[in-house]
Amino acid sequence: MEVPYKLEVIALTTIIIKLGVSVFPYSGKNQPPKFGDYEAQRHWMEITVNLPIQDWYRNTTDNDLLYWGLDYPPLTAYQSYLTGSVAKKINQDYVKLHVSQGFENFDHQYFMRMSVLVSDCIFFVSALYFYIRSLKMSNKYKWVFFALSSHSGLTLIDYGHFQYNCVSLGLTLWAIIFVSQGKNVLAAIAFSAALNFKQMELYHAILLFAGFYLLASCQPKGSSLPSQLKNLVQIGAATVATFAIIWYPFLQIHDWLLQQVIVRLFIPFQRGIFEDYVANFWCTLNVVIKIKRLLNPTSITSGTIT
Amino acid sequence: MLWRIFASVTFGKLLFIPSYRSTDFEVHRNWLAITHSLPLNKWYIDDTSQWTLDYPPLFAWFEYILSWGALLFDPEMLKVNNLNYASQNTILFQRISVILTDIVYALGVQKCLYSFGNNQGGKVQKDAEKWFSSSTILAFLLLCNVGLFMVDHIHFQYNGFLTGILLLSVGSILQKENLKAAFWFSILLNLKHIYLYIAPVYAVYLLRSYCFDIQKSKMTFHFKRLIKLGVIVVTTFGFTYGPFVSQLQQVLSRLFPFENRGLCHAYWAPNFWALYNIVDKILAFLGHKLGWIDPLSKVTASMTGGLVQEFEHAILPSIGPKTTLVFTILAILPAVVILLKQPNQPRVFIRAIVLCAFASFLFGWHVHEKAILIVITPLTLLAVSSQEDCRLFMLLSITGHVSLFPLLFTPFENVLKIVVVLTYSLASYSFLSALHYDPKSKGTLLKFRSWERFFLYGLGFVALFESCIHSMVDPSGRLPFLPLMIMSVYCAVGIIYVWFSFVIGSLKTEKKISKQK
Repeated sequence: MEVPYKLEVIALTTIIIKLGVSVFPYSGKNQPPKFGDYEAQRHWMEITVNLPIQDWYRNTTDNDLLYWGLDYPPLTAYQSYLTGSVAKKINQDYVKLHVSQGFENFDHQYFMRMSVLVSDCIFFVSALYFYIRSLKMSNKYKWVFFALSSHSGLTLIDYGHFQYNCVSLGLTLWAIIFVSQGKNVLAAIAFSAALNFKQMELYHAILLFAGFYLLASCQPKGSSLPSQLKNLVQIGAATVATFAIIWYPFLQIHDWLLQQVIVRLFIPFQRGIFEDYVANFWCTLNVVIKIKRLLNPTSITSGTIT
Repeated sequence: MLWRIFASVTFGKLLFIPSYRSTDFEVHRNWLAITHSLPLNKWYIDDTSQWTLDYPPLFAWFEYILSWGALLFDPEMLKVNNLNYASQNTILFQRISVILTDIVYALGVQKCLYSFGNNQGGKVQKDAEKWFSSSTILAFLLLCNVGLFMVDHIHFQYNGFLTGILLLSVGSILQKENLKAAFWFSILLNLKHIYLYIAPVYAVYLLRSYCFDIQKSKMTFHFKRLIKLGVIVVTTFGFTYGPFVSQLQQVLSRLFPFENRGLCHAYWAPNFWALYNIVDKILAFLGHKLGWIDPLSKVTASMTGGLVQEFEHAILPSIGPKTTLVFTILAILPAVVILLKQPNQPRVFIRAIVLCAFASFLFGWHVHEKAILIVITPLTLLAVSSQEDCRLFMLLSITGHVSLFPLLFTPFENVLKIVVVLTYSLASYSFLSALHYDPKSKGTLLKFRSWERFFLYGLGFVALFESCIHSMVDPSGRLPFLPLMIMSVYCAVGIIYVWFSFVIGSLKTEKKISKQK
């Protein structure tokens, strides 16, 4: 029996699940003074909408970096600016400089949750949907589609705890899709964008770029060196161009701004080899061998989780 | 498969525990408190809260049993004076009670599946395990019914539980267990008297098909069977109302508050009277403009004043309860006709239930919009076996569920209601298309008539208007009832159209069969 609109029904069902998670509280709800990741995102909207671009990553009287300072690359900042502008139109109190710290309100929660849903649909769900549809036997993969688009980890973090991982993950997915379709330049652009949204994508960068270079040099089989070089140059140029466009405002202003931004991006290095609870090798090892103390005897685990 | 679907849907329902609750939540908390803390003779007298007990005594007993569970969660909710008490544990308890009582609904669906699974009826068990068999699709359509989800798990009511008992009764009829059916239906009537809407069907069917018997073209009347039915009904009602015999007057006045209720609820149910109201309003408006009416006379009737008050019509004659009864009885006649002419056929019984529920919904006194669910549920049973009924089911379910939109008006629920109704409608459409239409032939999809399609497009616009557009266009809220009125009237047109088509369809098949005889 051939059931039409399978993928659409599955996509809509996963949206229902996401809406279900949205009604629950977010990270840091009702927990002054620092609150949680939800407040961090709201604060970034406040900063980007009210302050000039050179102050976004700098410690100024208006921007206290110790209170959820921006530590994601510029694309997040631009997204915060966009969302913040919409927020301002809806209700100025959401993003009023200083005054709106710790702002908690039912309508505001609704607005923030919807912003995640919109971003998710634009970047992540769209990537999955188009990819599964492009496969010849999409019927077979309908459960894969369901499992991935309702990805419990992602849903809980993005719609519950509150973050925008769907944007960077979605862009990475698009990059992978483009690679599988042979559109390397688009892939380079997509992945560079992903990387510029969240530096966590560095985890994928090694494989993707190595894959790129390998692909660029080996494909198509028996092609001449010039055409291979051409591919390489195209990818390289696309990557550099994407970075340049995104970082343009920060390249323009001198006065150590670029260095400041990079320091903010890699601030986790100051926090030690691992932080709080994370299911990885170092944290587990630390149970037996106190590796954290060995590496940095004066480090203190900070209370924040990236 | 049925239990797998039920488990998945249950997980989904758990996700919506913190969502919006209507005043019905407080209604049920109050009933938990009254039944637990007060002696029996005070149940129907107490009016500490405005939400007095207005369901029959068996439901009060149900709340009493629940209240013992409530003790484990938060004893404070059982204090009668704790009006509007809604601690975290209270919410958790009440929501979970709805979710758990839905097991009764699943059991009812299971009983119906045995008869409806396959047109041949034989290999039902095997079929029920297959992914896209008619059993599974029926199970999905019933268990995931979005109207029940919106009303029970968000707005807050116990309709799943009640519909389950209805399905147990209908399922018994399908399996020719007439006494069991009578028993379950009596229980149902003693839980919520709204099911009086379809009581005539049971009365006629059981009398005609069970008490009268045709063998070798000779009709015999089984007096014994009538006695058996009588005993079941009388005993059930006796046990329920027995303890309240001294306050029967009071109980009945609570159950049937005719004096305080008008022709329509605050939000007009999308029935015939909604259309009657709008015509009256338009005539009144025109009358003013064209100078037919003396401007000093009181012509502006406030029909959706937010309170359930009585009112009078401006131009057209005012309608009273007796008039609605007459109309309802006339509208029920097709159901009676097919039951009398085609006895002992469970499928006809279900058609009759749909016809009767339609009649009561369209012409009844002070109908609630939620009553459309009583029409949709039996029609779902017919949808998996006939293409014509399938099309009508789709039209009714989409229209009916959209008509429930005004119940959920908070921001989250505004988005949620559109998404869930869209998902359910698209899923039903997909599954039913696959079931009825051979994918290899030309028409793989369920096709609506062109005017039906236009109606659905318009319905989409009305839905969007009600949920988002109106608040954008009229932020100050000068015309708060405009979207509700538009919704009522538009859906009423759709529902009356489906009713009409269904009546004609039922009478046509009846004619066909009688010609064959």
